[in-house]
Amino acid sequence: MRISTSAKWVLGFISGLVLLFIYLPLFVVLINSFNANKNMVWPPPALTTEWWGKAFKSLGLWEAVATSVEVAIASTLLALVLGTLVAMALSRYKFFGRQVVSLLVILPIALPGIVTGIALNNAFRTILGLQLTMATVIIAHATFCVVTVYNNVMARLSRMNPNLQDASADLGAGLWTTFRLVTFPQLRSALFAGGLLAFGLSFDEIIVTTFTAGNGVVTLPIWIYDNMFRPGQAPVVNVVAVVLVLASMIPIYFAQRVSAVQDS
Amino acid sequence: MTRKPGVQSKSESGLSSARLVSSYLFSRPKTRLALLLAAPVTWLVLIYVVALVALLITAFWSVDSFTGEIHMTWSLDNLQQVFTQALYRTVTFRTVGIALLVTVIDLVVALPIAFFMAKIAKARSQRIMVILILMPLWASYLVKAYAWRSVLSHDGILQWLVQPFGLSTPGYGLAGIVITQAYIWLPYVILPIFTGLERVSNTLLEASSDLGAKSGKTIRLVVAPLLLPAIIAASIFSFSLTLGDYITVNIVGGPNQMLGNLVYSNVGAANNLPLAAAIALIPVALMFGYLTVVRKTGALENL
Repeated sequence: MRISTSAKWVLGFISGLVLLFIYLPLFVVLINSFNANKNMVWPPPALTTEWWGKAFKSLGLWEAVATSVEVAIASTLLALVLGTLVAMALSRYKFFGRQVVSLLVILPIALPGIVTGIALNNAFRTILGLQLTMATVIIAHATFCVVTVYNNVMARLSRMNPNLQDASADLGAGLWTTFRLVTFPQLRSALFAGGLLAFGLSFDEIIVTTFTAGNGVVTLPIWIYDNMFRPGQAPVVNVVAVVLVLASMIPIYFAQRVSAVQDS
Repeated sequence: MTRKPGVQSKSESGLSSARLVSSYLFSRPKTRLALLLAAPVTWLVLIYVVALVALLITAFWSVDSFTGEIHMTWSLDNLQQVFTQALYRTVTFRTVGIALLVTVIDLVVALPIAFFMAKIAKARSQRIMVILILMPLWASYLVKAYAWRSVLSHDGILQWLVQPFGLSTPGYGLAGIVITQAYIWLPYVILPIFTGLERVSNTLLEASSDLGAKSGKTIRLVVAPLLLPAIIAASIFSFSLTLGDYITVNIVGGPNQMLGNLVYSNVGAANNLPLAAAIALIPVALMFGYLTVVRKTGALENL
């Protein structure tokens, strides 16, 4: 198939428009974070740094960030363990029910968040009679984060040379030693990528969180959602939004580095 | 080398018991498999499957309208209500319609840019574009919905842009929901399609053209069949994610409701968990139907 020059230009032009469509709203948020008008009238009548100052002094905001980080780290660690175990089982063994297990891993992310949320809410409160706390949020998040680790580890294991593990066993290494010295070093970057995705997924989640968080548990998305509709607070939300967009460059930087290491 | 018997025997027995376990397991792959699966399957079944089954059962219970307590007696009232009342039918059709529209829009927008990235862009610009698409994917979901709240507002940039042409912003409503949802899930649709296109080898495209096929025919007969699993995987994201959403609806949807809003208000304000469960079964049924159909295409391995 030879793509004509004009077709290339048209596709390039469309791609440019799509990128513009993607970035225009984010640009509006950036400008609005300096918009002196409280109702964010466009174009901004004047610029101010008032909202930035307010955001950095907001105690509730910082507490919400801390809560989100805590939840994301805990659920990522759980997902790393569970996802690696299930990927090792499914990649090395053919067994009855293998398809069911792989569906089971995907299900929490494939079903709409509200279903996962209300199902877990019902299970925790009505069936188990538990109070909703931060622990219930972590359990819920870990459940749908398993899939990101599973996918990354699964892909890596399928490309791994199984002879290396046999060689290790032939040389007298036990199963644990083989995992520690042969399998794990090859999995490291896949675990990092999967863990990064799990962290991002948990940090950003709001629907399942709403249904599984106790009263005092305010994650950053819940804080944003609560403050979005308050007239005095809406401009501060713009600041948080800008910081979050900028912060999203960190995981991308790491992900690019990991893939660069793999390529070389 | 002289050995200290006491110390040595202790460490040796520790070592050999680990050895013993290891060699025991080495010859028993089924036990190894069971050990690997024990924790994750227990977790997923005990927490998730049990919760889903319980949700299904709760849908058959009812709530005492005076005390607000749940009666654990079997009845089909909730399901009957959900299936027969006009409100639920309207909202279901609206929700499915929005989810389908969002999916179609995302596919139409994603295909050209994914094709450009995979087959036309040079290595360097391809890398930059991947990063440019990834960035909004990592940016918070709420930030994106909130951004559109600003864009669509009557004092916002869209109004300012189109006013000179005698037009006005659609404001908060169904159009706002569709645009915002399509925007939010777009990166999730572009990336799997891009990956899928990259896997379509250029030599196949050349072979097709060497054999006399024009571009259109190559796309139809070579690219499309190879790309189908990726397209389906992408559509699972946009369809499923839109199906259960109620947050975007609250942010840019005005007074409109989707299924998620009905579920949410029945869990919260109305305190009718059984009815909420019955409503939640609609998206579950839709998604299960969809997953069963697409499982045969091998798209699930592409997620």
